[in-house]
Amino acid sequence: MSDQAFVTIKNAAKSYGQLEVLKDINLTVQRGQIVAIIGPSGSGKSTLLRAINELDPLTSGEVWLEDVQINRKLPHRQYEAHVNQVRQDIGMVFQHFNLFPHLTVRGNITLAPRMLKGLTEAEANKLAEEQLAKVGLSEKIDEYPSRLSGGQKQRVAIARALAMKPKVMLFDEATSALDPELVEEVNLVMRQLAEEHMTMIIVTHEMDFAASVCDRVLFMDKGVVVEEGPPSVIFQNPANERTRNFLRKHLSR
Amino acid sequence: MDTELILRVYPFFLEAAWVTIQLSVLTALLGLACGALGAAARLSRLAAFRFVGAVYVSIIRGTPALIQVFILYFGGPQIGIQLDSFAAGTIALGVNIGAYMTETIRGAILSVDKGQTEAARTLGLSRWKTMRKVVLPQAARLMIRPLGVNINALIKGTALVAPISVVELTYTAQRFIGSTYKPFEMFLLSGLLYMAIIYVVGQGVHWLDRRARIT
Repeated sequence: MSDQAFVTIKNAAKSYGQLEVLKDINLTVQRGQIVAIIGPSGSGKSTLLRAINELDPLTSGEVWLEDVQINRKLPHRQYEAHVNQVRQDIGMVFQHFNLFPHLTVRGNITLAPRMLKGLTEAEANKLAEEQLAKVGLSEKIDEYPSRLSGGQKQRVAIARALAMKPKVMLFDEATSALDPELVEEVNLVMRQLAEEHMTMIIVTHEMDFAASVCDRVLFMDKGVVVEEGPPSVIFQNPANERTRNFLRKHLSR
Repeated sequence: MDTELILRVYPFFLEAAWVTIQLSVLTALLGLACGALGAAARLSRLAAFRFVGAVYVSIIRGTPALIQVFILYFGGPQIGIQLDSFAAGTIALGVNIGAYMTETIRGAILSVDKGQTEAARTLGLSRWKTMRKVVLPQAARLMIRPLGVNINALIKGTALVAPISVVELTYTAQRFIGSTYKPFEMFLLSGLLYMAIIYVVGQGVHWLDRRARIT
C-alpha cells in the first residue's frame, strides 16, 4: 500500500437547478483504502458515489482516478470513448443488483469482458468460473438471475464487476434491498475484498459493517461532508452535533 | 341465408384472402421497418431526429388512414409518384402502421429498467452496445404483445385499400354484392375469413410471447 492518492475528488459540486445536492466536496482515497460514506437519505452520498464514474456528472469540480481525470470536458464522441474506457477500471454495485435478466449468471459476468477486452469464449468462461468461485456461487453459473435469492444476486453482481478487474469498487447501498438474513453473505464477500486490499468506496446504512471494515468514514448531510475520520472516532466520539444525532437515531434502531 | 351462393363464390374469396394476407405481411414488414426507424429517431440524442420522428408520428396518427391511401394513390401521380393500387396500398398502410409501431417500440425500450442501462454503462459498454446487448433483448420481449395489437389493427386496416380497387376481401365482397344483391352473405364470408387470419396471427403472437417470457 502506498500513500499515493488513488481516487481524488476536488471541489465537487452538483446542483439540479436551484437545488444544490453536493457542495464543495473534497475526498482523497489511497490505494487499498476502504472508505464508507454514511448519512441520512438525501444527504448526497449516492450522488457523490455516482459522480465518481460519471453516472451523475458533477456540475463543477474534478474526479481523478490515479492520473486520469474522469470527468473531463470533451466533445461528445471523445467524451463517450473516454468514459467507456475509464469506467472499465471502476466497478460498481447497485442497491437493486441490476443483473441482466435475459442472460445467465455466466452471461452476466462475461458480457463486458467479451465485448470490451476481446476475450474468447473459453477465456471468458474461465474468468466467470474464477469470479463465481470467489463469491461462492460456482454451482449457479448456468442459472438465470430470477432463480437466485437477493443475496446471491448481489454476489453475482459483485462477481460481474470484478470480472473487469477494476482498480476501485463502488458500492451503492449494496445490502439495503436485502432481507436481513441475506446481508451477511454479501458483507462476507466485501470483507474478503477488503482483505485483498481492493480500494473501495462504500455508501452504506450499516454502521457495524462500516465500523469493522472501513479505514475511514465520511458523514454527509445536506450535500456537505460534515465530519470524517477513522471509524473509531466517528462512531465512538463524533465531534459534530449532526453526526451524533444521526448516529443516535441509527444505532438505536 | 343462401348457402348455395356461398359455396359457389367462396373460391374467389379464398383468392381475395390470399391477397389480404400478402398485403398484411408486406405492410407489417414495412411497418416494422418504419417503426424501428421511427423509434430510433424519437429516442435519438439529436433533437433534429427527435423532431422528425415526432412529426412523422403526429401526422400519421392525426389523419385518417384512408386519406393517406388516397393521397398516395390518387395524389401521387400529380407529384410524379405512379404506383399500382397494390403497391400504393401497401406503402400507405405500412407507413401508417409504422407510426403506431414507432410508439410501441419506443415504449418498450423506455420501459426497460434504467438500472439495466446503468449497470451496462458502468461496466464500460458504449451506448450502442448497451442498447444492443442489454436493452433491446429485454425490450423485444416487452413489445411482442403490443406489436401483436398493431398487427391485428393492420390486418383489419387492409380493408382500406378496397376503395382503390385492390382485389382483397372487402373489395371482393363489394364486387359480388353488385352482381348478387346478397350483402349479408358476402360480408359474412369476408368477415369470417378476416377472423380466421386474425385468429392464426393471434395464436402466433401468443406463442411467441410465451416462448420469450424471461425465465
